[in-house]
Amino acid sequence: MSTVQESVTQPAAVVAPSKKSMTIGTTATLVVLALLLITPLFVKNFFIFQMTMVLIYAIAILSLNLLTGGSGQFSLGQSAFYAVGAYTAGILMEHFGVNYVLTLPAAALVCFIFGFLFGFPALRLSGVYLALATFSLAVAMPQLLKLGVFEHWTGGVQGLVITKPDAPFGLKMSQDMWLYYFTLFISVVIYILAVNLLRSRSGRAMMAIRDNQIAASAMGIDLPLYKTLAFGISAAFTGIAGALGAIVVQFVAPDSFTIQLAVAIFLGMVVGGVGWLPGSLVGAAFIVFVPNVAEHISKGLSGAVFGVLLFAVIFLVPHGAQTIFGLSLRVRKKQ
Amino acid sequence: MELFTNQVLAGIATGAIYACMALAVVMIYQAIDHLNFAQGEMAMFSTFIAWQLMQWGLGFWPAFLLTLAISFAGGIIIERALFKPLTNAPVLVHVAGFIALFAILNSVAGLTWDFTIKQFPSPFGSSGFLGSQLISTHQAGMIGVVLVLLLLLFAFFRFTRVGLAMRAAASLPESARLVGINTSWMIALGWGMASAIGAIGGMLIAPVVFLEPNMMGGVLLYGFAAAVLGGLTSPFGAVVGGFLVGVFENLVGTYIPGVGNELKLPIALALIIVVLVIKPSGLFGRKIVQRV
Repeated sequence: MSTVQESVTQPAAVVAPSKKSMTIGTTATLVVLALLLITPLFVKNFFIFQMTMVLIYAIAILSLNLLTGGSGQFSLGQSAFYAVGAYTAGILMEHFGVNYVLTLPAAALVCFIFGFLFGFPALRLSGVYLALATFSLAVAMPQLLKLGVFEHWTGGVQGLVITKPDAPFGLKMSQDMWLYYFTLFISVVIYILAVNLLRSRSGRAMMAIRDNQIAASAMGIDLPLYKTLAFGISAAFTGIAGALGAIVVQFVAPDSFTIQLAVAIFLGMVVGGVGWLPGSLVGAAFIVFVPNVAEHISKGLSGAVFGVLLFAVIFLVPHGAQTIFGLSLRVRKKQ
Repeated sequence: MELFTNQVLAGIATGAIYACMALAVVMIYQAIDHLNFAQGEMAMFSTFIAWQLMQWGLGFWPAFLLTLAISFAGGIIIERALFKPLTNAPVLVHVAGFIALFAILNSVAGLTWDFTIKQFPSPFGSSGFLGSQLISTHQAGMIGVVLVLLLLLFAFFRFTRVGLAMRAAASLPESARLVGINTSWMIALGWGMASAIGAIGGMLIAPVVFLEPNMMGGVLLYGFAAAVLGGLTSPFGAVVGGFLVGVFENLVGTYIPGVGNELKLPIALALIIVVLVIKPSGLFGRKIVQRV
C-alpha cells in the first residue's frame, strides 16, 4: 500500500438492490392501488389534500430514487428542480392562461433541459463532490427565484397565487378529490415509466454505472450520455411533481423551496429504501405525516424528529422500508 | 481608490470567517474523506452556547473559551457516537448522516433558543480601527483572531507529537497504525478541532449576520467554495481560498452592477461549480488517482 502516488480504490457509493428486487409483485401493487383509489371516498377533504401531497412527494422521491438508486449519483438539490417545475406551471397558468394539464409536460421539458445542463458539470464529479454541487444549488435556489430581473414573472418574494382547477366533464366531485385522482393517474403513469426504464437497456446501463463505473465504461457504456440522461429524467419527473404541487397548493413562493425540501425528499428516499421504487410511497407518507405529528407536540420539532429517525434508519434498517417489507414476506412464507 | 481598499479590507475580514469554515471542513475531509454538511449548523449551535453563557453573566472572553472547550468535546462526542460506527459505510449513508445532523442541530437550536433574531456582542466594538475609516475594529479583530488561530494550528501540526500523529493518520492511515498511532482517536480529535474552529468562525461572524438558527447557511456555502478553491486536501489552501473568496465576493458585489446582496448565494454556487469543473483538485490540492 505504500505507493508514492496516492491511489484509492473506490467502493460503490450506493449499495442498492439488484434489478429484480426493485419492485413488488403484481398482487401487492394492485392492493396498494385499490387502497389509493377507494380511500378518498371515505375521508375528509383535508385528508384528501394530504394524500395528494403524499403522491406528489412520492413522484419527487421516485425521481431521486431513479437517479441515486438507479445510476448511483447523488443529489441534494432536488428542491431546485421541484421549484423550477412549480414555477413553470405557475407562470404558464397565471401569465399565459395555459390549461393546468398542459403545464405538466411543459414543466417536464423545462426541468429536463435544466437537469441535463446541470448534469454536464456533474459528469466530472462523483460522490461527495456531486453532493456538494447539488447542495449549493439547493441553498442558492430561493435567492435566484427572488431576483429582481424575473420579478415580473415570478412575483418576487410574494410568489404567485394559482387558481384551483374544477373537475372537468361536469363531474360532481370536489376540486380536492378531482386533483387527487388526477395526481394518482399521473403517479401511476410515472411509476410504470420508471419501472420500465430500469428494465430497459438504458436502465441496465445506469445500474452498471452505479455498481462499477470503470467496469461499465470498459464494457462500452457511454458514461457521459447515461449520467446526464439520468439527471435529466430525474429532473423532469421532479419537475412534474413540482408542477402538481403548485397546482394543488395553489401557491408558489421562493421560500417553499429551501434546502429543507431537498432534505425531506432525500430523507424520504432513505426511509423508503434506496433503489426500491415502491418505497418512494412509504417515504412520501413519512415526510408528509411525521412533521404533522411532530408540530403538534412542539413547533420546530420536525427537523429533530427527521434527523433522529434518519439516524435510526441508517443504523437499524439500512435498506429502509424494503427491509421491513422483505421481513414480513419471509414471515408469511414460513407460516 | 478608497472604495477599492475599503472593499478589499472588508473582504479580507469576512474571508477570515470563510477561512475558518473551510479549515473546519477540510479537517474533517482529511480525516474521513467526507464533507461535513452540518459544519455550519455545528458552528451556529456553538455560537448559541456562547450567547447562552453570556446571558448567564459570563464576560465575552470567558464565554468564548468555555464555548471552545464545549464545542471540542461536542465534536468528539458526535464522532464517537454517530460517525465512528459508519466508518466503512457507503458515501450515501455518510451524506444521510450529515444531513440528519444538520436537521437535528437546526431544529434543536430553534426549539431551545427560538427562531427570532438575536444580537451577539462584539468584543472589539464597531468604531473605526485606529481612527481610520477603512476598516472597523470588529473587522480588524476578526482578521487578528483568525491569524492567531492559524499560527497556533501551524505550530500544533508542525511541532507537537499529537499534531504529527494526526497528520500521519490522515495521509497514510495503515502505516500510521503500524507505528503505533491510534488513528481512530486521531479522527475524533480532528472532529473536535474542526468543531472548535467552526465555533470561532461562528462567534466572530455572529455580530455581523446576527444570531439565529439559519445564520450559517450562506457562510457555510462560502466556506465550501473556499475549501474547494483551495483544494479539499490542503488546509493551507483552505485558508488562502477563504481570503480569496471573501475579497472576490466583495469586489464582485461592488463593481459589477446588478450583483448586490441578492446574488450572494448564487455567486458562491457558480464559484463552486466553476472550480469543480475546471480544476477539481483546487489551487493547492493533490490529485487523487483512482485504482481500478
